[in-house]
Amino acid sequence: MAVMTINHRQNTTGPAIVTRGLTRHFTSRKQTVEAVQGLDLEIGQGELVAFLGPNGAGKSTTLRMLTTLIPPTSGSASVAGHDVVTGQRDVRQAIGFVGQGNGAGHRQLGRDELISQGRAHGLSRADAHRRAGELIDDLDLGAVADRKVSSLSGGQRRRLDIAMGLVHLPRVLFLDEPSTGLDPQNRINLQELIQRLHAESGSTVVLTTHYLEEADALAGRVIVVDHGRVIADDSAARLKSGLGDLVRLSYDDPAPLARAAARLERVPDARVEVSDDTVDLRVKDGSAMIGELLADLAADGVPPARIEVARPTLDDVFLDLTGRSLRETQQTASTDTEAATNQTQSEVAA
Amino acid sequence: MSTFVSDTVNVMNRELKPVWREPMAVIFAMIQPLVFLGLFAPLLPEMATGGSALQWFVPGIVAMTALMGASFTGSNLMEEMQSGSHERQLVSPLGRPALLVGRALKEVVPMLMQVAIIVAVVTPFSFDLHLGGVLAAALVLSLFSIGVGALSFALALASKGQDWMFWTVQQTLLFPALLTAGVLLPMDGAPRWLEVVSMLNPMTYVVDATRALFAGTYPADVVAQSVAGAALTAALGLLVGVRAMRRSS
Repeated sequence: MAVMTINHRQNTTGPAIVTRGLTRHFTSRKQTVEAVQGLDLEIGQGELVAFLGPNGAGKSTTLRMLTTLIPPTSGSASVAGHDVVTGQRDVRQAIGFVGQGNGAGHRQLGRDELISQGRAHGLSRADAHRRAGELIDDLDLGAVADRKVSSLSGGQRRRLDIAMGLVHLPRVLFLDEPSTGLDPQNRINLQELIQRLHAESGSTVVLTTHYLEEADALAGRVIVVDHGRVIADDSAARLKSGLGDLVRLSYDDPAPLARAAARLERVPDARVEVSDDTVDLRVKDGSAMIGELLADLAADGVPPARIEVARPTLDDVFLDLTGRSLRETQQTASTDTEAATNQTQSEVAA
Repeated sequence: MSTFVSDTVNVMNRELKPVWREPMAVIFAMIQPLVFLGLFAPLLPEMATGGSALQWFVPGIVAMTALMGASFTGSNLMEEMQSGSHERQLVSPLGRPALLVGRALKEVVPMLMQVAIIVAVVTPFSFDLHLGGVLAAALVLSLFSIGVGALSFALALASKGQDWMFWTVQQTLLFPALLTAGVLLPMDGAPRWLEVVSMLNPMTYVVDATRALFAGTYPADVVAQSVAGAALTAALGLLVGVRAMRRSS
């Protein structure tokens, strides 16, 4: 297995990414879409960070600015110590980028693309060949590396794309929606791969995702983005624990339900919601107080017919912050931003 | 400057890999000119001067092959823009100008392979091979291919997300360029307006010089005009192409 170390061309003590008031507007048909609005972020060396949000939230636009693809409308950002506008080439030299599409050309062989990418990053011919071989072994691409990229499966192409992003041992690796389009098994494989590469390399890894489970399972730090703004920024565990567990009691008759609801209102620091046949209790460590709660209700003569306890999910966090469910938002996601992005890309000077 | 050169070489090498891996594709790409050669040449009358019709027709087909190959090449970039590999290269340290120039320079290689194939195919027939002239013509055609290739890439970049635009423009320009350059029929006796169009088409001079050089003659004025025409095409193509690539995101 290839042991990876960071390219120590820059001081690695400073933060990997700093943004100050980073803003990006797109104008289409005289309408201005504020895709990213005044982002202030600091991401330390070696962090594994997920940008989570619905489609059109500004995740990809942020990533495109950080990877020098589009300039900010205002504000600034530096990646690996270089400004994304004035130090484009240095930023590009320091980062790896795995976009939403396929980085490898479809008419090329996988191994050729790895070598070309190495050469583009200034590796000697011999080093580029050696590095391509290492990555092919490490990412289990041996069986397909010498085939045309167009003949590879989605999961294989994704691994090849990631290998290409790692050719030069980047200080910061960006992945834009890496698991989109993969089946569940490949998605899990990919998450394990990203975690392993992060652990082995010590590189900073920044990814965007609209999969809650992915952000939850993968990232040490989740930055929740909505309408171009950061609405939460913490570890998944802390984001969720702030919300508390959901205890749902179901009743077949309305009378005991009302009495139970009245009883639950007395639980400190809890939120109670009553519907036709259920009472929802949202409370920190709810799962730990179940026994006591049930005993109290039984003593009052209103034991519930059924009971469910759910740990909070990131979707609950999103719902709590925005009043919308991320799952629903995905289905009806506003594609305003994306449409505007496509329309104005030709006007954007790099 | 040295980064520009090494970047350009890297881009060109990458573009050439599929050519070396699948040289047959170069032949498939020239089916159309070969069809013209096979079906059109037998219909040509003997030249008034007594020369073989093939001697007159082959250089035009060679120029046509160069124009077709280079004008289609933007579709490869369009494919890469759709798949995401163009985006990946934009994020790599490769300079924007090198991404365009390296691609345009690469066009010379398949073009030369195609010229070699055509010359090899027709030499057993009533075609006199003048190797020196063919090589000199290949230099002019190289310059021309670089220019047309660069324009094709610029068109691909401008057609982002709208494939139909690339194909409409390319197809609309292709045949007028071929016909007014006198590839299939001589422009002698053309009406004035057509003559003017022909004179404004840089390819006209490339075709004229290719004919002279393939016949083993080296008329200085014709050759100089063709170099000027091809160089103008190359300069314009690279200028427009690099501008388009700098704006690409």
